[in-house]
Amino acid sequence: MMKKFFMIAVLLLAGTTAFGAPTAAAAPQVPAPHVPKMPLFRFENFTTANGLPNDHVYAVLVDGDRIWAGTDNGLAVYEHHAWKTYTTADGLAHRAVLSLALDKRTGDVWAGTMGGLSRISGGRIDSFTQLNSGLSNDVIYSISIEGENVWIATAAGACRLDLHSNQWSLYNERNTPMVEIWSYAVSATPTKVYYGIWGSGVLEYDQKTGRWDKYDDPDGENEIVLFKDQGLIHEIVTSVSYVDNVLWAATYFGDSHYDGRYWHNFLTKDSGLPSNFTNFIKGVDAKRAWFCTDKGLAYYDGVNWAVYTPSLKDGTPQMTVRDAAGKVTPITVTTALAHNYILGIDFQGDDIWVATAKGLSHGIRQQQQGHKEPSS
Amino acid sequence: MSMRTRLGAGLAVLTVVLVLFALWLTVDRPVRANAGDGEDYASPLEVLLSPDGARLYVLCQQSEEVRVLDAASYAVIRNIAVGRVPRGFSLSPDGARLFVTNSWDDTLSIIDTNVLAVVATWPVGAEPSSVIEDRAGKRLFVANRISNDVAVLDAQTGVEEKRLLAGRGSSYLTLSPDGTKLYATHIYPNPSPHRTQPESEITVIDVARAVVVNRIPLHAIAGVFHIAFSADGRLGVVAELHPKNLVTLAHLEHGGAFEDTLTVFGADVGKTVEVPLDELERYASQPFGVAIAPDKSRIYITSGGSEMVTVVDVARLLRFIHAHAAPFVQDLSASANYVVTRIPVGHNPRGLTLTRDGRRLFVANRLDDTISVIDTRTNRVTSTITLDGSKTISALRRGEQTFYTARYSFQGQIGCSSCHIDSTFDGLTWNLEPDGFGRSIVDNKLLEGVKDTEPYKWTGTNPNIPTECGPRTEKYFWRSENYDNLTLADLATYIRSLPLRPNRWRLASGELTPAQERGKAIFERAVDKFKKPIPEENRCSYCHSGPKGTSQKIFDVGTRKPNDNTGLLKAPMLTNIALTAPYLHDGSARSLEEIWTVYNPDDKHGRTNDLTKDELNDLIEYLRSR
Repeated sequence: MMKKFFMIAVLLLAGTTAFGAPTAAAAPQVPAPHVPKMPLFRFENFTTANGLPNDHVYAVLVDGDRIWAGTDNGLAVYEHHAWKTYTTADGLAHRAVLSLALDKRTGDVWAGTMGGLSRISGGRIDSFTQLNSGLSNDVIYSISIEGENVWIATAAGACRLDLHSNQWSLYNERNTPMVEIWSYAVSATPTKVYYGIWGSGVLEYDQKTGRWDKYDDPDGENEIVLFKDQGLIHEIVTSVSYVDNVLWAATYFGDSHYDGRYWHNFLTKDSGLPSNFTNFIKGVDAKRAWFCTDKGLAYYDGVNWAVYTPSLKDGTPQMTVRDAAGKVTPITVTTALAHNYILGIDFQGDDIWVATAKGLSHGIRQQQQGHKEPSS
Repeated sequence: MSMRTRLGAGLAVLTVVLVLFALWLTVDRPVRANAGDGEDYASPLEVLLSPDGARLYVLCQQSEEVRVLDAASYAVIRNIAVGRVPRGFSLSPDGARLFVTNSWDDTLSIIDTNVLAVVATWPVGAEPSSVIEDRAGKRLFVANRISNDVAVLDAQTGVEEKRLLAGRGSSYLTLSPDGTKLYATHIYPNPSPHRTQPESEITVIDVARAVVVNRIPLHAIAGVFHIAFSADGRLGVVAELHPKNLVTLAHLEHGGAFEDTLTVFGADVGKTVEVPLDELERYASQPFGVAIAPDKSRIYITSGGSEMVTVVDVARLLRFIHAHAAPFVQDLSASANYVVTRIPVGHNPRGLTLTRDGRRLFVANRLDDTISVIDTRTNRVTSTITLDGSKTISALRRGEQTFYTARYSFQGQIGCSSCHIDSTFDGLTWNLEPDGFGRSIVDNKLLEGVKDTEPYKWTGTNPNIPTECGPRTEKYFWRSENYDNLTLADLATYIRSLPLRPNRWRLASGELTPAQERGKAIFERAVDKFKKPIPEENRCSYCHSGPKGTSQKIFDVGTRKPNDNTGLLKAPMLTNIALTAPYLHDGSARSLEEIWTVYNPDDKHGRTNDLTKDELNDLIEYLRSR
C-alpha cells in the first residue's frame, strides 16, 4: 500500500517543482568530431499556454499526423496545428488519462484513465468500467493492442478484452504467478505478452501455449545488486517494451534488457542513465531504447548514451553524450524538454514527442552536418 | 391374398411410414426463420438490377434463394439456393459476382452471375446483414448485426482483415457514388444513459484506408435503415425511426409513438436535417428502403407498415429545408411541402431499386411474395410480379402480416414491428399508459422463443399471448379497432412460432468454454463462498430454471424503483440475453454486469456479492451462452 501512495505522490507532485518551459529557439550547435553523433533535437513545447488542457501529460501517442496527449484534465489531440480536448462530457471514462494505445488496423485509440477504459473511434467514445463491463479495475496504467486483443494493466490485475467475442479475461494472483496485482505496464505481440508488475517483477504470457512465466529480481525486494546482469534489476517494474524479441524493462531502481537468454542491466553508476528512477521505457529495436526518467530523457544506441533535460538547477537546456568509454561530453543546445520529469515518449518519423510532468514536448530532429543518425 | 393378409401388410406399411415420419421429425434440420406452416413462401426482401438492366435479382428470405428474373418479361431465369435467412446482397462493380449475406449461418454466398451458381461460401461475422465490394475489387465490407461492426474482407479470398466498430445492430451499407466512402447504419440505438434520448449514427468509412473517419450523429433516432445517394453525391438520404419513448405512450391521437422520418445530408443540404414523412391521418410507418432518381428529381421510400411508397420531390424538399429553421420533425403539415404522392403496394414493402433510366421502380413486397413495378412518370403500379410459391395464405402468414402492418392502429401510425424491429426488440425503454403516467418504465423485450413462457408482461399479469396482444394492445396501443378473433389467433400463432436465432456465444460443438463452465457452476450453486447455504429462491438456477431460463414465476429481486407500481416481476427468459441490453425490467442496467455491480446491493437478485470480479465475468460468460 505504501508503494502505491508513493507512486501516486510521485506522479501528482513531480511537476510542482518544475522549471519554466523553454520555448523554441535557434538550431543547436554541431558537437565536436570526437563525440559520438547522437540525435539532436530542437524542442517545441506545449502547455496550457498554447492549447493543452493540462500541463501534466501522462502519456503521448503518435497517430500519423495526429498527436494524442493523455493529460490530468482530459484527452487532447493535436491536428492541423490546433488542440482539441475530449472530456467526460464526451464520454471519456475519467478526466485523468494515464495511458494510450493505437489500434493500427482500425485507427481506434484506446485511453486508460483513472476511471476506466475508453475507446475513441471515429470521434465516438465508448467507455468500459469495472461496473459496466468485465474490466477488473478502473485505474489503467497501460494498454497494448495485438490483433483483436486489447491487453490492459490495471491496479487490480491484468485484463484482456477480445474484440471479436467481447469476452474479458482477467489475470491475477489466482491464475498467474503474480504475487502483487498492481499491474503497471504491458507490451503485447503475437508471440509474447509482457506485464510489468509493481513489486512482482515481469510476467510473460506465451500466446501459443497460454502459459505464464515470471521473471524476478534475484535479490528479491532488496535494493541491492549482488551480481550484475544476473536477472531483472528490481521487482518494482514500471514499464516494459518488447521489440525484436528483446524485452526492455524499466524500474525505479534501474533498467533491464533481456534477449531471452541473457540479462543486461543499466544503472546510473555504470551507464549513461541520468537516474535509476525510470517511469517509461520504449525500445526502438534490440539494441536501442529511450528511457524516461525523473531526471531527463535518455537515449541509448547500443553503445553510447545521450541525455536531454532542462537543467535541474536553473532549467537551462542541457544535452550530454556519453561514449563507450564513459566519457561524458556536454553538447550546447538552446532548447530543452518542457520538464525533466519524463513520463512517456513516442516517435513520429525522426521526431520525438515527449510527455512530461509540465508539458508536452515535440523534439524536431536536427541534421548534423555530414552525418545522418539512424531513424528511430 | 386374404383380407387379413392385406390388412396386415397395410398395417406394416403404415407402421413403417409412421416410424420413418417419426424419425424424420427427430432429424436435426435447419429451422427457417418463419417456417412452420409448410408453405413455401419466398418473402422477397431486397431487389437489384444487373448493370445492363437485363436481370432483376430478388433476395428471398424465407425460401433462402436468390431468384433471377428477366427484367423485361419477368420470366424466371434461375433460382439459386443460398444460406440461412439471407438478409442483404449486392453486385460487384462489374456485375460478375453477386454477394449474399446469410444472417443465420454467418456466411457469405458468392454467386458467379455468368453461370448463376454459388461458387464460394465464406464464413463471416455474427449475423451478416449487408455487403459491399469496393470499386477496386480489393475489399469486401460486411455489416454484422450482432457483433455491431463492419468486417473488412479480402474480396478474392474472403479472409477477414479486421472489423471496424459500427453502430449497435450494424445492418445496412451504401457506397458513395465516387466509391471513396462507405456509409453504414444500424437498427438499434447506441448505448446511452438510462431514460435519455436514443442516439444513433451513420458510420462513415474511408474505403481506401478501411478505417472509420466520421460518425454522423442521428439524435433521438433508434432504427436506421437504408441510405441512398444522388448520382452526383451531393445528397444523402437515410430512412429511420424517431421514437417518442421518453414521454408516456398514451393515446396515439395525442401525439403518437413514432415519427417516421428521413435524415438528409450532403452538400445540397449543408447540414444534417431530419424531415418527417408522416402527415396528419396518414403515416408512413416503418420506413425502410430508399432510392433517389438518377436525375435527382425524386426520392422513393418504402414504408413496411403502411404498405406504400412515398414519393418526395427533391427540389421542393431542399427549398423547404432551406426556408425553414429545423427542427420540424414533429410538424405533421411539413411533408405536404415535398411529398408528391404515396403509392399503395403490397404487404410489408422493403427493398426497392430503380432502372438506370429511372423509369421503373421495383419494390419487394415481403409478405405478399410479389414485386410491384411502378412507372415513375405516372407514379402508379403498372404491374405486379408474382413470385413462384404457395398461393395459400396460411394462418402463420396472416399473423405475420398482422404483426408488420400499421393498419390496425389509429391513423395507421404503428404496428407491432415498429418496436419489435424484424420481430426482435428495439433497445429502448418505454412508459406505457396503463401503468400510469410516469409509472413503471419498461424495457422492450425480445420476442423470439416466447412460446410457452407465460405469463407475459414484466409483471406477469397477462396470462397468455392472446391477452398480451389482444385487448391490451388494442386498448393501449392501437386505439382504433379490435382484431377479430381469427386475426388475433393468427397473430398469436405467428408470435408463438418465432424461433430463437442461433446463439453466437455457444461453441459449435455445443460444449461450454472453460469460463462458461465455471459460470454454470456459479449459476447452479447452492452454497456460497463462505460455505453458507444459499436459499432456494436466491439461487440463479431456481428463478431462471428450465430450458429458456425462466421458472415462469413471480419474484421480488429488489429492483423496484420509486416510480414502479410493484417490485414483483416475472423471471424473464435468458435465451439470447447477450443481445438485448439494456437489462432489468426498466432497462436501468446498461450491461449484464450492472445487474449485479450496481443493482444488487442486498443480494436479492441472486447471491452474487461474494463473487470476485473474474467469477462474475464467468457467470456472465455462461449467461451469454444461454
